[in-house]
Amino acid sequence: MSLSTLDVEKIARLARLAMDENEVEAARNQLSGIFGLIAEMQAVDTDGVEPMSHSQDLAQRLRVDVVTDSNQRVLFQAIAPQVEAGLYLVPQVIE
Amino acid sequence: MFKSSLRQIGTALTSRKISSVELTQLYLDRIARLNPALNAFITLNPELSLAQARAADQRLAAGKADALTGIPLAQKDIFCAKGWLTTCGSKMLHNFVSPYDAHVITQFNNAGAVILGKTNMDEFAMGSSNETSYYGPVKNPWDTQRVPGGSSGGTAAAVAARLCAAATGTDTGGSIRQPAALCGISGLKPTYGVCSRYGMIAFASSLDQAGPMARSAEDLALMLNTMAGFDERDSTSLQRDTEDYARDLNKPLNGLRIGLPQEFFAAGMGSDVAKAVEAAIAEYKKLGATVVEISLPNSKLSVPVYYVLAPAEASSNLSRFDGVRYGYRAPEYGDLTDMYEKTRAQGFGAEVKRRIMIGTYVLSHGYYDAYYIKAQRIRRLIAQDFAEAFKQCDVIMGPTSPTTAFKLGEKGDDPVQMYLSDIYTIAVNLAGLPGMSIPCGFGENNMPVGLQIIGNYFDEARMLNVAHQYQLATDWHGRSPTGMEL
Repeated sequence: MSLSTLDVEKIARLARLAMDENEVEAARNQLSGIFGLIAEMQAVDTDGVEPMSHSQDLAQRLRVDVVTDSNQRVLFQAIAPQVEAGLYLVPQVIE
Repeated sequence: MFKSSLRQIGTALTSRKISSVELTQLYLDRIARLNPALNAFITLNPELSLAQARAADQRLAAGKADALTGIPLAQKDIFCAKGWLTTCGSKMLHNFVSPYDAHVITQFNNAGAVILGKTNMDEFAMGSSNETSYYGPVKNPWDTQRVPGGSSGGTAAAVAARLCAAATGTDTGGSIRQPAALCGISGLKPTYGVCSRYGMIAFASSLDQAGPMARSAEDLALMLNTMAGFDERDSTSLQRDTEDYARDLNKPLNGLRIGLPQEFFAAGMGSDVAKAVEAAIAEYKKLGATVVEISLPNSKLSVPVYYVLAPAEASSNLSRFDGVRYGYRAPEYGDLTDMYEKTRAQGFGAEVKRRIMIGTYVLSHGYYDAYYIKAQRIRRLIAQDFAEAFKQCDVIMGPTSPTTAFKLGEKGDDPVQMYLSDIYTIAVNLAGLPGMSIPCGFGENNMPVGLQIIGNYFDEARMLNVAHQYQLATDWHGRSPTGMEL
């Protein structure tokens, strides 16, 4: 299977990865090779087979809905790129 | 001391023949001498290591030592450790000093073990040669022109060169077993859910599992005793009774039924690897085991299935790296989207981006059923093959990797060739089974060969027994690389 330049640009946008033309072309070639490998799956008859997401088919364990952690804002924000007054700073989104 | 088993080191420490501070300093000196040629460590922090060693010495003096108290261990740089730089091999986390401990780290800290340093790894554990690390490739101690395997390549090289007493790894598609094989050490990936994933930076959450890497099966058992255990912070951690994984080490192997998958002994395996693996099977027959041919007909699909499921989970897990709360942020950007796109483009390496893109595609509208759901259906067929096989045998054996360690740069341009390096290991992760690799000889260019042992769910104690009995009868695990003598 081969991907188009448009496909790759769309995937990069969805994945929030900036890419220049050369990178898009390189990715297109390599991803096409990988999807060639993945295509082997399509020959298998999987009718009636349930998808498996956990090896022992265990249901997700749930916990009681109570607070278990303390407020560690100062500790966690000490390693943030940009904070002010306890808030994470990013470029302005709302005018 | 560098030749001693964990049990012997523990005895030397409790009998006060050596202090933990002295032992830790011995290892730090050895690392300073040998690591520059290997690049096995990303971070060393002698101050933190020696502080832990001093605390261990106090505990030893008080007579309150556990099996690992005071023993210097290396930790794969995927485990968050409070106060330690934790990079996961990525530029994205080049400045991430973890504010908390992974559960596995907490377990080691509670046991009084010493963290010697954080080992190098493929970026976000995505790779089979340790060449995707932002911090440079690791060199194989047996031949520094060759790769150590990956993704736990730094750990494998450090254990092989005796730069630590033992260490940790993680295994999503073979990342403990393949580097263990390529570096001539022992490594165990437990049953999915045995070790908590809390604080272990996530790659593919339904496959990721932590495990020990060491010089012998006996050492692996002691390590796993500390690493395993229920943790409510990991929703897939399993609630089970505490086990002593060393309890069966000395059982004889009479009557052991070994399954040999015909698919593993077919075209694709190097003849040198085949020779060593067949010799190991012959040794097992001498130890009282019988051999039965089995079939894992869907195992050939494990690579394509894995390269749908693992990237899908990775693309979701790695969406957290956005330059907002921690880690790398691009120095220049315009609006918010531009900040995300530039941060991620600059912070991630080529292989990580590739996998994020595969994952994004297979999860996108219109492709989800054809790829993701299809792969999950085949995943069940692969697991069912193993369930059928274990009706006829107690353990499954075969090669860990199709070849011995390849040269640095040899597979650099072709991701698909690199992916096929994990052809014998991936199915085990998809099924959630425990798997291990132990040294079983040497192949071309005198590079180590690994024997893979696959067990049924929660059969780690038996697998360690099977490995230990072989290691009593052979000395492959006791060899050390030239130039790394003790």
